[in-house]
Amino acid sequence: MSQDFRLKNGGLIDRDKKISFKFNGKKYFGYEGDTLASALLANGVHLVGRSFKYHRPRGFFGAGVDEPYAIIQLYRNGETEPNIKATEQELFEGLEAKSVNCWPNVNFDVGAINNFLKIFLPAGFYYKTFMWPKSFWYKIYEPFIRKAAGLGTASIKHDKERYEHKYEYCDLLVTGSGPSGLASAYAAAKNGANVILAEDKSRFGGTLLTSDVNIGNQTGKEWADGIISELKEMPNVTIKNRSQVFGYYDHNMLVMSERTSDHLPKTKKFHPKQRLWYIRAKEVLISSGSIERPIVFGNNDTPGVMLSSAAKEYMRVYGVLVGKNPLIFTNNDSGYETAIEFKKNNVDSIILDTRKNPKSEIIDEAKNLGIDIKYSYVVVAAQGYKKVKSADIAKISEDKEELGKIENIKCDCICVSGFWTPTIHLASQSGNKTQFNKDIDAFVPGSAKQNEKTLGAANGVFTLDETLRSSFETGHELSKKITNNDNKVSFPNVIEKKSTTHDKFWCVPLPKGKNYKRFLDFQNDVAVSDIEIALKEGYRSIEHVKRYTTLGMATDQGKTSNLNGLQLVSKIENKVVPAVGHTTFRPPYSPVSIGAIVGREVGKHSKPTRKSPMHLWHEKNNAVFVDAGVWLRPRYYKRGNENLFEAAKREAKNVRTNVGVCDVTTLGKIDIKGPDAAELLNRVYTNAWLKLPIGKARYGVMLREDGIVMDDGTTTRISENHYHMTTTTAQAANVLSHLEYYLQLVWPELNVNVVSTTEQWAGAAIAGPKSRDLLQKLFPSLDVSNDGLPFMGYMEGDLFGVKARIFRISFSGELAYEVNVESDNGNFMWEKIIELGEEFKIQPYGTEALSTLRIEMGHVAGSELDGRTIPYDNSLEGLLSKKKDFIGKRSLSRKAFTADDRQKVVGVVPLDKKTSIPEGSHLVKDSNAPLPNPKLGYISASCWSVEHDNPFSLAILKDGKNMIGQKLFVMSPLKNKIIPVEIVSSHYVDPKGERVRS
Amino acid sequence: MLHIKCPHCGMRSQNEFSYGGDASVKRPQLGSEVSDQDWDNFVYNRKSLRGKHWELWQHLFGCRQWIKVERDTATHEIFNTLKANEEIS
Repeated sequence: MSQDFRLKNGGLIDRDKKISFKFNGKKYFGYEGDTLASALLANGVHLVGRSFKYHRPRGFFGAGVDEPYAIIQLYRNGETEPNIKATEQELFEGLEAKSVNCWPNVNFDVGAINNFLKIFLPAGFYYKTFMWPKSFWYKIYEPFIRKAAGLGTASIKHDKERYEHKYEYCDLLVTGSGPSGLASAYAAAKNGANVILAEDKSRFGGTLLTSDVNIGNQTGKEWADGIISELKEMPNVTIKNRSQVFGYYDHNMLVMSERTSDHLPKTKKFHPKQRLWYIRAKEVLISSGSIERPIVFGNNDTPGVMLSSAAKEYMRVYGVLVGKNPLIFTNNDSGYETAIEFKKNNVDSIILDTRKNPKSEIIDEAKNLGIDIKYSYVVVAAQGYKKVKSADIAKISEDKEELGKIENIKCDCICVSGFWTPTIHLASQSGNKTQFNKDIDAFVPGSAKQNEKTLGAANGVFTLDETLRSSFETGHELSKKITNNDNKVSFPNVIEKKSTTHDKFWCVPLPKGKNYKRFLDFQNDVAVSDIEIALKEGYRSIEHVKRYTTLGMATDQGKTSNLNGLQLVSKIENKVVPAVGHTTFRPPYSPVSIGAIVGREVGKHSKPTRKSPMHLWHEKNNAVFVDAGVWLRPRYYKRGNENLFEAAKREAKNVRTNVGVCDVTTLGKIDIKGPDAAELLNRVYTNAWLKLPIGKARYGVMLREDGIVMDDGTTTRISENHYHMTTTTAQAANVLSHLEYYLQLVWPELNVNVVSTTEQWAGAAIAGPKSRDLLQKLFPSLDVSNDGLPFMGYMEGDLFGVKARIFRISFSGELAYEVNVESDNGNFMWEKIIELGEEFKIQPYGTEALSTLRIEMGHVAGSELDGRTIPYDNSLEGLLSKKKDFIGKRSLSRKAFTADDRQKVVGVVPLDKKTSIPEGSHLVKDSNAPLPNPKLGYISASCWSVEHDNPFSLAILKDGKNMIGQKLFVMSPLKNKIIPVEIVSSHYVDPKGERVRS
Repeated sequence: MLHIKCPHCGMRSQNEFSYGGDASVKRPQLGSEVSDQDWDNFVYNRKSLRGKHWELWQHLFGCRQWIKVERDTATHEIFNTLKANEEIS
């Protein structure tokens, strides 16, 4: 298809590079430097989608980030992405895009019936229409709305693209490369400041690319190009195009998304698709410019109605005509600039100016060019369904209330200019108290909360001379504050055409007997009538009106609609706009992909994976791993076709009959040194620590101040002032912080140092009746007899040339030892243990067998010490010293903690000795009781007891101490199970603890 | 994201720190008689002030020191930071 609307010359596109692309399955051509929007317009395509609510045809309204209509689904390199603005998407070879929110296609859209049912879809229709009957919401209304609404479809595939995060610091961040951004960045950079200049579009220069001005005897574009190429060469300047600063956070932290590869057919190897920048700037200069606002009139959403500045941009930047028979509808001089641009390209337009008799240089130029101008005229309504075909126009009275006789004139596009709205989003996000400027009918930044300043059009300054002057000055001033340099750059001579004041007119009254929809918010289909209804129904706060009508919501966040909405509310309420106030500006300024926010933190990169020094051995020996916090631990070692259950049973049984070895490297280890180390332990742990002899270990429990058990573990006295503390794998980091808190803030008088040594030691637990025989083989010269190394004893040894620490401690309840060596020697130790253990039928065991062993022994662990239980609940009350105070002791006298029927850990066995009990099940007295059935307790951990060969569980049960022998029911609604059980002692195996001391 | 001046390391981003609550809370002396009310106040009751507030932060991914930070809870402005052993004036 030929590009019928492409100008013969002009534009900043590269006409030598033709690009083919597909839209809704049809092939078109454009040029390098086009956006999808400009390329479609060049091909005369105006219909790109359907509106959110009424499914009315949608075209293009703008030429950039403010676009409310042209949201498309993009297909690139085998992936799909929703919510892409055609006005921002640069064209690349092979690009494919589709319309959204239409079915079966954009030309014939079934949903457009809503347009005729609009009487049923008034403001707040979500809250009204879909309320009754209640049961319909879940099955009918919600799926229907989900299908009908929404702009595009998210991919459900794994995103193969790479996204990066970058942290950067700078003296000055300049957001936007229009005249104010370039001038301030240049002045600051020349004065030695570190500057980051960010531009949302692919081209630098902003409005300089589209306006007829002269700066220092150059065109605006030439001047911009010169500044940019100079800045690019400066080592203290970073300039980034395709980069949107979208959020302004606390302490001058701004976040910018850089679209590094979105303009390419596919991302280059090792490059990111997008990059998110976290920028901490000493000062921020906001030069985000302004967005033209529409004038509201009948059917103003028809494709072909667009912003006048966009029409100019399509001509100047892309060499594209948005129409060949344009009508310009304006309340200010900007519309004239567009008309002049049309004229230069040999297209005659008609200007309808709402003003009576305005005079300015620009208007004179238009007159001299012979452009047809009608004063005090308005567009009453656009005519045409999928494209503007004509316009109903009329004279308007001086008070702007009465319309004259309606005439119909032919046109193929209507370019609207309702003056300019400063883009104050970033300033407002930073906490700036914005204020209403009556001269421009818009909000501008007021007093700053953070180190930011807004310049140029974003600050309501619309003349180039003043913009450049203030920007050069501000760039210089702020950089001087930071660098103490005083190098000034000379100010160029500026020639621009003078314009006159705009007309405060913004909404065309309805002609008698007509009921045209006059849209305020184009993306959400919010019309004047919707706001009127909301106010009639009593909504007053602008925040409520917004939520009720959806005015200013959705992906464009009301960039073109907010002010007209405010004008309307203030008019109906008979208030001034500042009294109505604006809704809160929140980040992001424009949509940011989830991928960019997540960055590299996906899959295995989302957290570090920690592996023990013996990991490779485990891998080689068919270990199946489980995540234990950030650690990978062997869950079981698979033999043949074994499943988890069978393997765990085999491994646990072997510990009970022979000997097993378990990798316990992951246990938290904290080295504690200093003359007051014992005193610290005595305060942190609930039991007594002052008399622990050198070479002995002790089990300890620590509490939080609220009396809840925080962690448990053993601590060993290595020497006079040196202790080795172990913590559970999960709590290692918290316990270290906890100790540091008390040492640094509460008891700074204690002379103790603590440091984590978790990664410095590799650990192996050797457990089982034959473990002593094995230990003797490992350390032939040591006396490891029951007298030589008794339970809770400690000694150091030489493991075939490797220094080792030997602890006689047990988690499995068997005779057991833990051997620690420096991490680098971990694998050596492990292989020695396996090698020498062979004659004792050693088998490695994983966490599943470890759990089985500890559960049937009644040893509490993480599932009982779950942040809700006190020592009594875990039958640890014997460890509470009565003679001394310790952290959390005072809380234990709370009424609930000392209640007679306080919960306590018990054992649970199914009556049939066969049915496994699901963890998390509830214990109840009567399984047939009416709901809610009173819950007596819950199953904290379950296993298959290898000692008794039947299922066994631990439970935290109300009045547990008096419940032994009772028959209860375990209920698991999740697993749909009801199991009759008997309550037994939690110590199901070796209740007297003889084995560990044998 | 806050920018916090660690008295030991200098200006660092918030994500190096972890929050530790009200810095004005004093733990009752070990072994002292503490009424239920006083203990409740120590363990649970916090003012949740709007405005200037001394609070604890730990420079977890840095020097691991607990520090005191005077911050406005409404505006996030940070006025002062102190080492653990420095008294709030």
